[in-house]
Amino acid sequence: MSTPNNKPSGQDKGVDLLAWIDERFPLTQVWNEHVAQYYAPKNFNFYYFFGALALLVLINQLVTGIWLTMSYKPSAADAFDSIEYIMRDVDWGWLIRYMHSTGASAFFIVIYFHMFRGLMYGSYQKPRELVWLIGMMLFLVLMAEAFMGYLLPWGQMSYWGAQVIISLFGAVPFVGDQMATWIRGDFVISDATLNRFFALHVIALPLVLVILVYLHIVALHKVGSNNPDGIDIKKHKNELGLPKDGIPFHPYYSVKDMMGAAGFMFFFALVIFYWPEGGGFFLEAPNFEPANPMKTPEHIAPVWYFTPFYAILRAVPDKLLGVMAMGMAIMFLFVLPWLDRCKVRSIRYRGWQFKANLAMFVVSFVALGYLGTQAPTAGLTMLAQVFTFTYFSYFVLMWLTSPMEKTKPLPERVT
Amino acid sequence: MTEPINEKRRQFLVGATGVVGAVGATCVAVPFVSSWQPSEKAQAAGAPVDVDISALTEGQMLTVEWRGKPVWVVYRSAASLAKIDAVSTELRDANSEKSVQPAFAQNAHRSLKPEYLVMVGVCTHLGCAPLYKPNAGTITPDWQGGFFCPCHGSRFDMSGRVFKSVPAPTNLEVPPYRFLSDTMIRIGEQDKETA
Repeated sequence: MSTPNNKPSGQDKGVDLLAWIDERFPLTQVWNEHVAQYYAPKNFNFYYFFGALALLVLINQLVTGIWLTMSYKPSAADAFDSIEYIMRDVDWGWLIRYMHSTGASAFFIVIYFHMFRGLMYGSYQKPRELVWLIGMMLFLVLMAEAFMGYLLPWGQMSYWGAQVIISLFGAVPFVGDQMATWIRGDFVISDATLNRFFALHVIALPLVLVILVYLHIVALHKVGSNNPDGIDIKKHKNELGLPKDGIPFHPYYSVKDMMGAAGFMFFFALVIFYWPEGGGFFLEAPNFEPANPMKTPEHIAPVWYFTPFYAILRAVPDKLLGVMAMGMAIMFLFVLPWLDRCKVRSIRYRGWQFKANLAMFVVSFVALGYLGTQAPTAGLTMLAQVFTFTYFSYFVLMWLTSPMEKTKPLPERVT
Repeated sequence: MTEPINEKRRQFLVGATGVVGAVGATCVAVPFVSSWQPSEKAQAAGAPVDVDISALTEGQMLTVEWRGKPVWVVYRSAASLAKIDAVSTELRDANSEKSVQPAFAQNAHRSLKPEYLVMVGVCTHLGCAPLYKPNAGTITPDWQGGFFCPCHGSRFDMSGRVFKSVPAPTNLEVPPYRFLSDTMIRIGEQDKETA
């Protein structure tokens, strides 16, 4: 025999290397704790794809974003032209740019589904309040990230969108105007504003996002995932102490999520290749004109994912109160775990009040989203006021009706 | 022998270190926060601008850039000036008490010479550039001419005074300006006696 018996085979070498690493770094331990032996409820449905998809889109944004910075020039004089340069002259630049710009819209579609899942199955309830709070912080940072990214192409909508949103700070009593000037770094949106937004968009906020995603997952894995039945799977354990209704994340959900990722990427690719401007919703028509500080576009509206909040801002005929209403629309979501006083989590076992309330909330959100894209006529403004009222009534009714809801009996085990 | 832990002393030291550290962190934050202020260069860019209005005919508006903002000069006809007082009951700040303008413009026509309106074309709501809509009936059925902001629907009369129940809180801003001659306006400066 030419091979001596004492020489380890390839597999043994791998085991040796892992042992060598494990003595110096808890690789196997972390892998088991968060992946191979993280037990998730076995009854996850369609809505449970969106957490993993959010991570996928985040990675897409990070990678395409890094590539875009290689050809983009963050100055008022060059920014618009450098985008056209990426679109026309850089090899595959159009693809990378469209992956990034439609990726932003995809991010919000995924996140809105992800949040809706939380509302539906009560995933924000005890003991997952911190998972929800960190998630809401992620949402807030994501909005800031998207807003700052939208200024970078330096088109008409970039410019005037930023003008409107930064002017919101001017509504703060006494120090508002100084604050707006401080944020802009100038008395108008200018090169200084573009430069600092670039820095925040490519370094500061992505860093915060990644850290918050890490914390979101750490908090989730401490308390365990909720499920469509909203019941605790840790109540029934087998002789090994493992939840009977749980399955290890890997390979069960890692494979399932890959399925979801494949399906998502199919639709994502369709949009990138055949509908990258999203009919003016993903990339707005006025943004194909360079920024002109002398002329506001006839009709300005933010990108679709901000329009529900924008509609609330416009619905209130007072500057300060409008800004406050818009802020409250997001702040109320933060405190949702304490507004919902029902002990039952999932919509499957909750009373009609909860279902009607959630349905009305979704209708209000979508309607406000539509109204926010439209020019403000008297009739539409009135409609926006009605839906602003119903949007906020979700939170008030939740607090009022949740203790007296007639809930259905919960099953012992997941269904 | 180990000494017993002096909890009070330990508490004091932790507290004192914390306070000194916080003061230090605040001091370090100052340059970082201040660096966001407009630079010396940005502050110096506010030089006055001269506008030749000899070609402006009745009813026309021209726009010039001053400090990066649009400034309008509107040549109002006697007819549209005559209608200014008619809408004053529908205005939020008809006497411009809460609005920004040089003292010489705190009147119904909000200008030095009644026919020439000079105004910063930035909506006092959220900074959009309102549109000049001089023709009657173009915005609302009883519209008498004025300015309309397309962003959030704020309306202003022919003197840039804001109507009630629109989002903009105050009248459009009037910049300091003076007439160098009958056909030349300097924006960004005003005569001492009119101040």
